[in-house]
Amino acid sequence: MTDETKASDQHITGAQMVVRALRDQGVEVIFGYPGGAVLPIYDELFQQEGIRHVLVRHEQGAVHAAEGYARSTGRPGVALVTSGPGATNAVTGLTDALMDSIPIVVLTGQVPTFMIGSDAFQEADTVGITRPCTKHNWLVKEAETLSATIHEAFKVATSGRPGPTLVDIPKDVQFASAPYTGPDMVTPRHRIPRRETDPAMIEALVGEIERAERPILYTGGGVINSGPRASQLLRELAAETGFPVTSTLMGLGAYPASGEAWLGMLGMHGTVQANYAMHGCDLMVNVGARFDDRITGRVDAFSPGSVKAHVDVDPSSINKVIPTQIPLLGDVAEVLEKVLALWRQRGSKVNRDALAAWWRRIDEWRATDCLAFVQDGPVIKPQHALSRLEALTKGHDRYVCTEVGQHQMWAAQYMGFEAPMRWMTSGGLGTMGYGFPASIGVQMAHPDALVINVAGEASWLMNMQEMGTATQYRLPVKQFILNNERLGMVRQWQELLHGERYSQSWSEALPDFAKLAEAFGWLGITVDDPADLDDAIRAMIDHPGPVLLDCLVEKHENCFPMIPSGKAHNEMILPNAEAQGQITAQGAVLV
Amino acid sequence: MSALKIEPGSTSHSAYDLRAGYEARDERHTLAVIVDNEAGVLARVIGLFSGRGYNIESLTVAEVDHEGHRSRITIVTTGTPQIIEQIKAQLGRIVPVHEVHDLTVDGPSVERELALFKVAGTGDKRVEMLRLADVFRANVVDSTLESFIFEVVGTPQKIDAFADLVRPLGLAEMARTGVAALSRGSAAV
Repeated sequence: MTDETKASDQHITGAQMVVRALRDQGVEVIFGYPGGAVLPIYDELFQQEGIRHVLVRHEQGAVHAAEGYARSTGRPGVALVTSGPGATNAVTGLTDALMDSIPIVVLTGQVPTFMIGSDAFQEADTVGITRPCTKHNWLVKEAETLSATIHEAFKVATSGRPGPTLVDIPKDVQFASAPYTGPDMVTPRHRIPRRETDPAMIEALVGEIERAERPILYTGGGVINSGPRASQLLRELAAETGFPVTSTLMGLGAYPASGEAWLGMLGMHGTVQANYAMHGCDLMVNVGARFDDRITGRVDAFSPGSVKAHVDVDPSSINKVIPTQIPLLGDVAEVLEKVLALWRQRGSKVNRDALAAWWRRIDEWRATDCLAFVQDGPVIKPQHALSRLEALTKGHDRYVCTEVGQHQMWAAQYMGFEAPMRWMTSGGLGTMGYGFPASIGVQMAHPDALVINVAGEASWLMNMQEMGTATQYRLPVKQFILNNERLGMVRQWQELLHGERYSQSWSEALPDFAKLAEAFGWLGITVDDPADLDDAIRAMIDHPGPVLLDCLVEKHENCFPMIPSGKAHNEMILPNAEAQGQITAQGAVLV
Repeated sequence: MSALKIEPGSTSHSAYDLRAGYEARDERHTLAVIVDNEAGVLARVIGLFSGRGYNIESLTVAEVDHEGHRSRITIVTTGTPQIIEQIKAQLGRIVPVHEVHDLTVDGPSVERELALFKVAGTGDKRVEMLRLADVFRANVVDSTLESFIFEVVGTPQKIDAFADLVRPLGLAEMARTGVAALSRGSAAV
């Protein structure tokens, strides 16, 4: 830190403090949109070079881009928006980041303090509106506390269970002058919770690991959030114990998809082997996941015979949905470190014979090949499109974003992730329109990487205005649209659960996507013939700029396997009835 | 692909039919929550209860440490044991919350509430009012020829009982503070 960043008698304006605080926090890129209440800050941004500002086309895009940046780097993402509509447009992104525990800091302008409460132009109660969708937020009423508050916002966003924070800065505070406080000068006003893992619980888990006959490691986004060390320790634990590994949507990549112990994703659209193993296990080790309803299905029928251990940094996650016998409060990496150390010290024992029998059973479930599909006929199947995308991009330095819906589940099923922080998706909130702006954030952080957004045409249209952003900053993002002219997942539910009444789940007025791409100076490609698919994907990869690949796929394909809601893990439905009968029989044997 | 066989009226149409099959009895707990006395902190606590569907039976809040900028919020809530645990864990996540104490499980505690009763009436009823006030050790804090205002301090049950007794005598209006509570003994939270 330089001398000038320390607290001094020298006064600077609030707007200057914002820029200096961001720089002191190591921020290189911010995503934002100017407006009346943030003009002083934009004026300061104009006069400096340390921080790059990416002008988005809508504030929602700014927040999702910040999320993509954060998720792909492990560093907090930053967005800057104006008061009123600027702040309200940020709400979806804030909620998304809260649900998926993504560290972001959003700075909003506010009307001057003396006008707050007067229904001033572009006034909104931003801290009131965003209170339930941030980890914490602040309205800064005097310049004296502004820099310290911004530093605290970064601290809160990145510590413990990460999440979004928001600092609301009235315009008069941006103009007012006060001494600057550097990050090291800030004494946290708020309590930093201690996370002491109970040593008795570490011992209890090690004992269960040594005894378990049918264990499973159920991993989640907490492994990714904990950092690369956590993924490394998870891999060591799986390799040394020989335990099978499954993961939630948010945790994909923590354990490599090519790993021997990998069962695939679990949950509503998870694999047969993952869900059956969860149902039939006798030891479930939840590492950084939160028993989301997409994972558990019916809670009273969830994995009835297992001892459950739960590693989580957030005490409120433990025993929230599923009662846990072995709660392990703490950061994933720290807890795994302790568990591995004790288990190794006690001789690295596992129940080898039982484990071998467990794996034989898992292999039987695997043999059902629940993700099998047949690509025949003249129409591209979405599963085939993603299998080819996977095959042709696997070797690249690749990041994958998704929108929300069938394509998202298929991407999770048919693409493999070998490393953490390579997979950006909206899990908890399920935000259609997340993927495209997120891919912009990822590409800003990784300019030379291949950044692909797997999208459905309906989700993608929700934030298509960001095309201008990609063009302006020459971001070569690849938009891979599986176009079925439907709201695919809605259509699927209507088919299966609402008597095939397709209420409002299709669009009659889709654009010519390739022409739309061209209008923004992108490369647009349309492909509808399976024979042309590989060439189209290669053309997308090879083009140095942004590309929209409009892949016209089978319109009525359903996403399977599927656990219908309110059902248990052993009540999955599969693509064809024969396989379904087979699985049910095996499930009956199991439970 | 044929449609799933779903019974008419089944709740399985919802993606969120996740009700647990077991039932647990609701319990009443008194929580003491120590918070930074800053703008919006009460809204954060109340918003947590309304947003997550928890009950509030009573809530009191006031600054208790001026120099330390600390306020104490006393919340009486009901829920299953699992919900009570969730409430405490969720309160602990709020950044300006410093401590959460469950006075109901931490040991014996005292609970007191203050209430004001405006009772209007004349003649024998007036005499009866004063007799009851004496029994309940209530103070008369205002009087006119047609009315009294009584101040009663006690447990919520005592205040309920007093209200029931003065209602037929002409209870016109009442105001209650909600519960303030401390654990017994020399130890401080």
